[in-house]
Amino acid sequence: MSGLKRTPLYEMHIKYGGMMVDFGGWELPVRYKGKGDLEEHRAVRERVGVFDVSHMGEIRVKGPDALKFVDHLVTNDIAKAEQNQVTYAMMCYPNGGVVDDLLVYKLSDEEMFLVVNASNSDKDYAWVSEQAKGFNVRVANESPDWAEVAVQGPKAQELVQRLTEYNLDELKFFYCKQAVRIDGAECLISRTGYTGEDGFEIYIRPEGAVNVWESVLKAGEDFGVSPCGLGSRDSLRFEACLPLYGHELSPDITPLQASLGFFVKLDKEGFIGKEALVHQKEAGLGRRMVGIELIDRGIPRNGYKVLSPEGAEIGWVTSGLPSPTLGKNLAMAQVSTDYAKAGTEVAVSIRDKALKAMVVKTPFYKKAYKKS
Amino acid sequence: MFKYADSHEWVKVEGKVATIGISEYAAEHLGDVIFAELPAVGKSFKKGDKLVDLESVKAVAEVFAPVGGKVVEVNGDVEANAGVINEAPQAAGWIVKLEMSDPSELDGLMDEDAYHKFLSAQH
Repeated sequence: MSGLKRTPLYEMHIKYGGMMVDFGGWELPVRYKGKGDLEEHRAVRERVGVFDVSHMGEIRVKGPDALKFVDHLVTNDIAKAEQNQVTYAMMCYPNGGVVDDLLVYKLSDEEMFLVVNASNSDKDYAWVSEQAKGFNVRVANESPDWAEVAVQGPKAQELVQRLTEYNLDELKFFYCKQAVRIDGAECLISRTGYTGEDGFEIYIRPEGAVNVWESVLKAGEDFGVSPCGLGSRDSLRFEACLPLYGHELSPDITPLQASLGFFVKLDKEGFIGKEALVHQKEAGLGRRMVGIELIDRGIPRNGYKVLSPEGAEIGWVTSGLPSPTLGKNLAMAQVSTDYAKAGTEVAVSIRDKALKAMVVKTPFYKKAYKKS
Repeated sequence: MFKYADSHEWVKVEGKVATIGISEYAAEHLGDVIFAELPAVGKSFKKGDKLVDLESVKAVAEVFAPVGGKVVEVNGDVEANAGVINEAPQAAGWIVKLEMSDPSELDGLMDEDAYHKFLSAQH
């Protein structure tokens, strides 16, 4: 697979039997030999798993206007966030469509660390730089400067605690801490993740990544820690109904249509896309994200049509799979708001057959996070 | 002796009956198979027709008929527990048996050596 970018952990994936695939231009493991999607998924739900997410993009915004600028850039309210709080948000186009979803690390009012999707990293950097004109900030694309390891699962804290003197009890859900030493290497660590489990995301300099990866696997041996690939990352985030850009979010799906209105603060001062979103909320969304459970036997996949019981096209599946934890065939879908209520009967067209399905509540899987 | 199609199905022949499954390579790449939509016994397929859909956690994969023929048996073990395809794709995880309509179609398939060369060329 020539021409693909590799993370600093590439050699580790080979060492542990990673089945390497092209993921948006990155050569990453979809799963590891001798484990597989289901086993890796279970490891995270029941024990602990470790992911290489070094492909994620990092953009640093620094300067006197950093807070003002980022609040203009994203949908959520960063002014209200505390120092070291991490906020999930979206960047929108003026028409309300989504540029990307991201995490905003408020290191201070003058310094924000934005973590964006790998596949959008270049586009995002260009977008953020362009929007920053007129603000007293410096925007730096730090994507190549950071490796990232996610340690996720009920045993994540116990595991990571073995590698640091910093008391992880002090790190609340969706907060971060800078200059934490993980097995000697200086890291930025946050209690965040993309799995629906408690866990940590650890940002390290590329040269320190292999050591952190190996330390995590060694420290977690007695917990049954597993390296995890993109396959389980997707099925885990799916069960928790965490959106994936290009599926649940896109330039053609607004945050409101993605049922992510909680992360859009229409009452805050102007931000890019606000007018369009206010207008859309008043005029009606037309369609929005819902959960769907198949009643007939079949697995809904991205792009499959959603039909009314009478057979009219009412939307499409954005992500779907057989849920490993719940044992049901589930989908997230964009459907007409007329059919969006839980309990509504719908159908999914699978290989030209209309299979019976029902709108269900989301998220499919919910776990109590450590909040205090 | 296995013969392979470039879409990663294997065939093993006894008399006029061809047993068909997916290669170890294909099974590894597909990931855990959750269920298989198998054809009805008695149904006929031409070479290249879609024979079976295999659903894994990650995706749905189509299995094509490497040779034409009529279905004489489907693997009930696969129907009950599709994971057997991952455990033993080229043994207990066979999928269907076809009575071949034209055994000369076998000539277009690869032998073990040719298939391994074909796989190395994919990387």
